[in-house]
Amino acid sequence: MSLHTLSLKRLAAGLRAREFSSVELTRLLLARIEAHQPQLNALISQTGPSAMQAAAAADGLLARGGGGPLTGIPLVHKDIFCTEGVRTTCASRMLDNFVAPYDATVVAKLKAEGMVMLGKTNMDEFAMGSSNETSFYGPVRNPWNLKRVPGGSSGGSAAAVAARLAPFASATDTGGSIRQPAALCGVTGFKPTYGRVSRYGMIAFASSLDQGGTLTVSAEDAALVLRAMAGFDPRDSTSVEQPVPDYVAGLDQPLSGMKIGLVREFFEKGLDPDNERCVRAALRVYEKLGAKLLEVSLPNLALSVPAYYVVAPAECSSNLARFDGVRFGHRAKDPKDLMDLYKRSRGEGFGAEVKRRIMTGTYVLSAGYYDAFYIKAQKVRRLIANEFEQAFTQVDVLMGPTTPTAAFELGSKTADPITMYLNDIYTIGANLAGLPAMSIPCGFSQDLPLGLQLIGRHFAEGRLLSAAHAYQRETDWHTRVPPGYE
Amino acid sequence: MNNETWETVIGLEIHAQLATKSKIFSASATTYGAPPNAQANLVDLGYPGVLPVLNQAAVTMAVKFGLAVSAQVTPLSVFARKNYFYPDLPKGYQISQYELPIVARGHMDIVLEDGTTKRVGITRAHLEEDAGKSLHEGLGASSGIDLNRAGTPLIEIVSEPDMRSAREAVAYMKKIHTLVRYLEICDGNMQEGSFRCDANVSVRRRGTEKLGTRAEIKNLNSFRFVEKAIHFEVARQIDIIESGGKVLQETRLYDPDKGETRSMRSKEEANDYRYFPDPDLLPVAVDAAFIASVRATLPELPDEKAARYASAFGLSAYDAAVLTASRELGDYFEAVVREFREDPKLAANWVMGELSAALNREGIEIGASKLGPARLAGLLRRITDGTISGKIAKEAFEAMWASGEDADAVIASKGLTQISDPAAIERAIDEVMARSPGQLADYRAGKDKLFGYFVGQVMKATGGKANPAQLNELLKKKLAG
Repeated sequence: MSLHTLSLKRLAAGLRAREFSSVELTRLLLARIEAHQPQLNALISQTGPSAMQAAAAADGLLARGGGGPLTGIPLVHKDIFCTEGVRTTCASRMLDNFVAPYDATVVAKLKAEGMVMLGKTNMDEFAMGSSNETSFYGPVRNPWNLKRVPGGSSGGSAAAVAARLAPFASATDTGGSIRQPAALCGVTGFKPTYGRVSRYGMIAFASSLDQGGTLTVSAEDAALVLRAMAGFDPRDSTSVEQPVPDYVAGLDQPLSGMKIGLVREFFEKGLDPDNERCVRAALRVYEKLGAKLLEVSLPNLALSVPAYYVVAPAECSSNLARFDGVRFGHRAKDPKDLMDLYKRSRGEGFGAEVKRRIMTGTYVLSAGYYDAFYIKAQKVRRLIANEFEQAFTQVDVLMGPTTPTAAFELGSKTADPITMYLNDIYTIGANLAGLPAMSIPCGFSQDLPLGLQLIGRHFAEGRLLSAAHAYQRETDWHTRVPPGYE
Repeated sequence: MNNETWETVIGLEIHAQLATKSKIFSASATTYGAPPNAQANLVDLGYPGVLPVLNQAAVTMAVKFGLAVSAQVTPLSVFARKNYFYPDLPKGYQISQYELPIVARGHMDIVLEDGTTKRVGITRAHLEEDAGKSLHEGLGASSGIDLNRAGTPLIEIVSEPDMRSAREAVAYMKKIHTLVRYLEICDGNMQEGSFRCDANVSVRRRGTEKLGTRAEIKNLNSFRFVEKAIHFEVARQIDIIESGGKVLQETRLYDPDKGETRSMRSKEEANDYRYFPDPDLLPVAVDAAFIASVRATLPELPDEKAARYASAFGLSAYDAAVLTASRELGDYFEAVVREFREDPKLAANWVMGELSAALNREGIEIGASKLGPARLAGLLRRITDGTISGKIAKEAFEAMWASGEDADAVIASKGLTQISDPAAIERAIDEVMARSPGQLADYRAGKDKLFGYFVGQVMKATGGKANPAQLNELLKKKLAG
């Protein structure tokens, strides 16, 4: 039995039935990490010894008839979530030496469920990037093709799940950072409604857009983990005080009568024909399942990328001001004076893309530019949110491609930030509007996976998960394992 | 400084530390004087990943203040980030309020010494967090940072440029000081920095409308410094203009040792704070029901109390303002009046006079007075019932202050009872007249001024105890022959 290819749901059942132990499962996955890490570079930190202890503890709990549905299931956390006693780098030289003295709420919740942390995943530095090439620890490679990027910023998390190194990886999505790598690595990526999952302990990139979520093989697995991750957190004022429905129990909602909106603008110029073919094929599956397709339009969606690249850098320029070499993180050697300490600590600690965004953000917030950039971008954001709201008066779920193309080659876009930024053209809208959205595998283009994006109403996580689950019962794209990782 | 040619224009930004138990965005305590960084948690330290959570008590206090200055309470106020780098500012930004402060457009009336009232506009009052502080002493070439104060809640109360002299500025600041303590939203401790202000000062030629270029004097933490700093600054600015120069817009610091202000940074060097709404915090929603619930907790405010003193006790506006300058002083005064209803004006004079002098002399607050209100009332009653004269009462007061005994005990033990027996007074008059034949002759020859001499002599002979009214009457009769 090759445990690593089993779904999280099946693993949970196996652990409860004592078919295998968490220690066995953990040992197996740690060995896989060790074997594949040199090629993939999916992890920044590995926590084998503490994982074995946690697995043994989970087994003890299960043997006594205790534990919950996630007890003993291994996971990896994106290295943006603070983990007490284990360093949290955000893939930056700035935090290369940073060990948080506390657990992020997401980490604490899943730890309390008895999940076993195997390590922390590589990512774009401070989650700024779409290819995982901005990491201080080097790029992650796509398990489907080692010359290709895994997407970003949650590239390590997506690659780890695709390579079956862990059944679940936590991730964050500010402009597509869960969905885009999910699409490029052929896994299921879920970004909840803004405020559904606590941001406490998740190192901030752009506070009004950041949202924690899941990378798993299937929607069903995502539902299992999301149920445990979501919920109001008194330590995060932007988390929403609304009960968390049982996403697992709601998975089998019928599709008949569901109205699917096809966003016209998603299918205009820039979309690769293979992507369009796969997405249209997926939509036919939905039609067969009883859903109705309607075309809708989001005319201002084209403005989402520029609006995003004002708002996100503005917030990042302020959020990253705390990295000043004074209290934690990288500190320049032998500073001459305070200004020298600031300039060199930050100059040495941050990479090029992070600096670019800090400078952009500082510029758009400056006196004389604030109204022309920041305020205008917020207005565009409101317009886009209104257009989504309008669309949701006609349809239940919006669908389209997650990305314009399949995974591109490492290094092919690093010289041109604008081309790189346009990779998120389909995903950014959901962040600007705070909507739940996901990407599920829907086919291949030249042996590289492609993703179908689903966007729902605020707090309609259950609707999205059940729609994705229905598709995944009809198709097997999500169960495909990259060659060499079976 | 009032000058024939120049008019001074002053606006104040007062920072009052709110008396909450914990910080504005974290659960750390706000107690003063803890060892450095003992009251700084991960939120105060600005650790990666942490988030601010607004302390409800700070909002309640700010609303309380807004209601007390007849201001508008903003239904949806917004926290903003003020971005700048400084070691005592852990996040690299201060969470404050910018475009939408919680309190807007109020006012405060001040009573000037000549009894006139002046209204000072309050532009806004906003909530914000305090920064930490840098320590430079005893650390060699390094500096230390103490973040205990970082995150302490403040309200910054911004006035209109309505004040025209240092004296008005001090009166306004004192009035706000009084108010925040009445409301129990700030302990008012200026030494510890709980109450401090920045003064915006400019001068213009009398009769002109346009405001002169202002200098902002930072961090004034005593009423005396406010007055001195403004005086210095006004003279400096007038001097510059009169000698053909231009006042620069800049931030200045007051040096209490030298009694002067000096430049800290010019407008060109000023930070661009890049304010924007803090995405970690939701707008603060304050609805009518909440405002009503806060309004219900308001105590009688200084102005209301002063008006009551004026109408119920017949006090002047100035006296009423003095007695209501602190809640404790007013409480004391009213306790005296409760025991001694006969003459509230007399009670007011004694509280503002002898009692305040004694408190000042010993440097203690009214709560620590060695003479309780009932005791003072007992003393006043002995004045109005003629047992002792007002003058003797001052002696009795000192004895009561020293011994803690009541008025009657002091009067008895020191034999201070007033002599109101006409025969006894006449006897004393006769003795004085007998030994002052020269003065008597002069008086009778028309030197009326010598009347005072005879009063003094008789008082001396009776140990000051002769009933003054009786003495006057009898002496006049006797001297007339």
